[in-house]
Amino acid sequence: MRTVMTGNYASAYGAKLAKVEVIAAYPITPQTSIVEKLAEFVSTGELRAKFIPVESEHSAMAACIAAETAGARTYTATSSHGLTLMHEVLMWASGARLPIVMTNVSRAMAPPWSVWVDHMDSIAQRDTGWLQFFCESNQEVLDTIIMAYKVCESSGVMLPAMVIEDAFILSHTSEPVSVPEQELVDSFLPAYAPEYKIEVGKPMGFGSLVKPDQYMEFRYKAMLGMKEARDRFLSVEQEFKHIFGREYGGLLEHYRCDDAEVVLACAGSVASTAKDVVDSLRARGIRVGLARIRAFRPFPHQEFRALGAKVDGIAVLDRSYTFGAAGAMFTEVKASAYSGQNRPIIKNYIAGLGGRDITPKIIEKVFEDIQIVTKRREEPDVEWVDVAGLPRRWR
Amino acid sequence: MALMPTVTIPEEEFTYPGSTGCPGCGANLVMRYMLKALGERTIISIPACCWAVMPGYWPVGCLRVPLLYTAFEATGAAISGLRAALDIKGVEDVTVVGFAGDGGTVDIGLQALSGAAERRTDAIYMMYDNEAYMNTGIQRSGSTPWGAWTTTTPIGTTHGFKHEFKKDIMTIMQAHGIPYAATVSVAHPEDFIKKIRKAKDIQGFRFVHALSPCPPGWRMNPAETIEVAKLAVDTHIFPLYEIDQGKIHVTRKGKGVPVIEYLKLQGRFSHLTEAEVDSIQTAVDARYKMLLEKEASGT
Repeated sequence: MRTVMTGNYASAYGAKLAKVEVIAAYPITPQTSIVEKLAEFVSTGELRAKFIPVESEHSAMAACIAAETAGARTYTATSSHGLTLMHEVLMWASGARLPIVMTNVSRAMAPPWSVWVDHMDSIAQRDTGWLQFFCESNQEVLDTIIMAYKVCESSGVMLPAMVIEDAFILSHTSEPVSVPEQELVDSFLPAYAPEYKIEVGKPMGFGSLVKPDQYMEFRYKAMLGMKEARDRFLSVEQEFKHIFGREYGGLLEHYRCDDAEVVLACAGSVASTAKDVVDSLRARGIRVGLARIRAFRPFPHQEFRALGAKVDGIAVLDRSYTFGAAGAMFTEVKASAYSGQNRPIIKNYIAGLGGRDITPKIIEKVFEDIQIVTKRREEPDVEWVDVAGLPRRWR
Repeated sequence: MALMPTVTIPEEEFTYPGSTGCPGCGANLVMRYMLKALGERTIISIPACCWAVMPGYWPVGCLRVPLLYTAFEATGAAISGLRAALDIKGVEDVTVVGFAGDGGTVDIGLQALSGAAERRTDAIYMMYDNEAYMNTGIQRSGSTPWGAWTTTTPIGTTHGFKHEFKKDIMTIMQAHGIPYAATVSVAHPEDFIKKIRKAKDIQGFRFVHALSPCPPGWRMNPAETIEVAKLAVDTHIFPLYEIDQGKIHVTRKGKGVPVIEYLKLQGRFSHLTEAEVDSIQTAVDARYKMLLEKEASGT
């Protein structure tokens, strides 16, 4: 079925097609229509699931953790302050090796209050042990949720995943979306059957106290799970393509990068604007490309190492900022791309915080700038884009 | 023929030896009696508290029932998730229990507890009340009584002891309109087990408040746990009652022993003056009178 729907409905349909069994959620703008739709699916019987209307996001994740431990496939959705309130239990979910899948509608953090897109909320969860997938389109949101369950529930992975939609730009914008047939999804994603679950007659403790001579081994195994997630994601996407005919380019989508001199690296919906800009610059004979970061965790280090060996410059556009350092994606890209022989010039651009538009013109100027910086072979500073009072004009 | 004594406490044990609880720990007995009443088809969730440590280090444990550890403030949410999963999986005849200390219940866990009660989660929530953050080393909680010494209410020259009253968690839970709530004491195991069995057979959210003497935290002799628990009931400091479908029923009408008999066994109250003890007596008498009035009026 091909229909028109918002990113939030794409999330809800993704969860429904994955036949989630327990949903625990708390409302927050702009996530609400996801859980409203799921509550409707449950109330009409279209989805056989338990919906727990919890009293906070912390409880939403804690309830998902408990339900998942008891063998149910669980789902929740949140945004911004809701996600950061969950922080403690996000660590719990990954430490407990529970393949929970959640949508985060990525939104700026207060103060000052903002309900609009940036990636600070998601990036702040970088170290929680969750897989993090940034999406460019509503179709990708739906497809990624289904793929995420398959990746996460693999016995070698057993870690949770966050599927990230940009606030309003995806969450509240309607696009054509192909909703796959349930039978096809069932053939792709079998029922959740964990090796261990909490059940009567089996007196085990889940999350017990361990001593210093035991703790590190648990962390080491989670690390191996995340490593496995990388390869598993690539193979799952190929399986998905085989059945549904769609793919998105693995952990890092390369768009016209083959003979590019400079590339822009970014994540989320801004990539679709950037693709237009790449096309128009290419039409003028300028050799530029786009590297879209789909997975922030596990990070596409190998892909960036390979890309860094081929290009002269990389502009990394971060939609968040790590105070005292730089954009988090920039740090990762630099760490990967500098490990090879050829060291491209890599510059960080901070843009689009709190929902500020990142226009085609801004992206064009980023491409102009990275070309100049690359020619000079200088170590560039982090540049804040389109900020009042700064000398450079972006609009 | 002399009357033969009958064993009224189930003999089967669901706790193995090896709990790391302190000598004389009341919470050990709370778990033991509770599981004797509930049996094997029980799943427990425990947040940060003494009992998060007491089962022992991985990979061993001293409970014969499965146990889900959870974050400090999350017990109400954890039992909601467990119940939802069991329901959707069609697993029947399992008692889901949240087992938390007083700090994890009346302070940091109050929100999740309230949410679980409001959603009528089909579970039993057991609060073992040792009247302070004991696992972290005796810091005051919202459940610490007026007059008590703790490490964060030290006896100094300017302030000294806790000057705030203990939160009345039973009334808070009654206000949620839950079908059953009860207080239990380790000094009255028959009453304890009877109430847990009753709670087990009721659908919906059930709350149990157990007073749990803590020898290190209460600065008392570990050999006197039962004596102190008994005096808490007899002085009316911790009356035994239940709230069944909103109706209060006092299950043991104690003798009304002076509170000093309870207080004097515990070092945490040793600094109190006669006048301060009198003010505790007045407050305890007033509260007990109010409880009896509520019972009589059927509210």
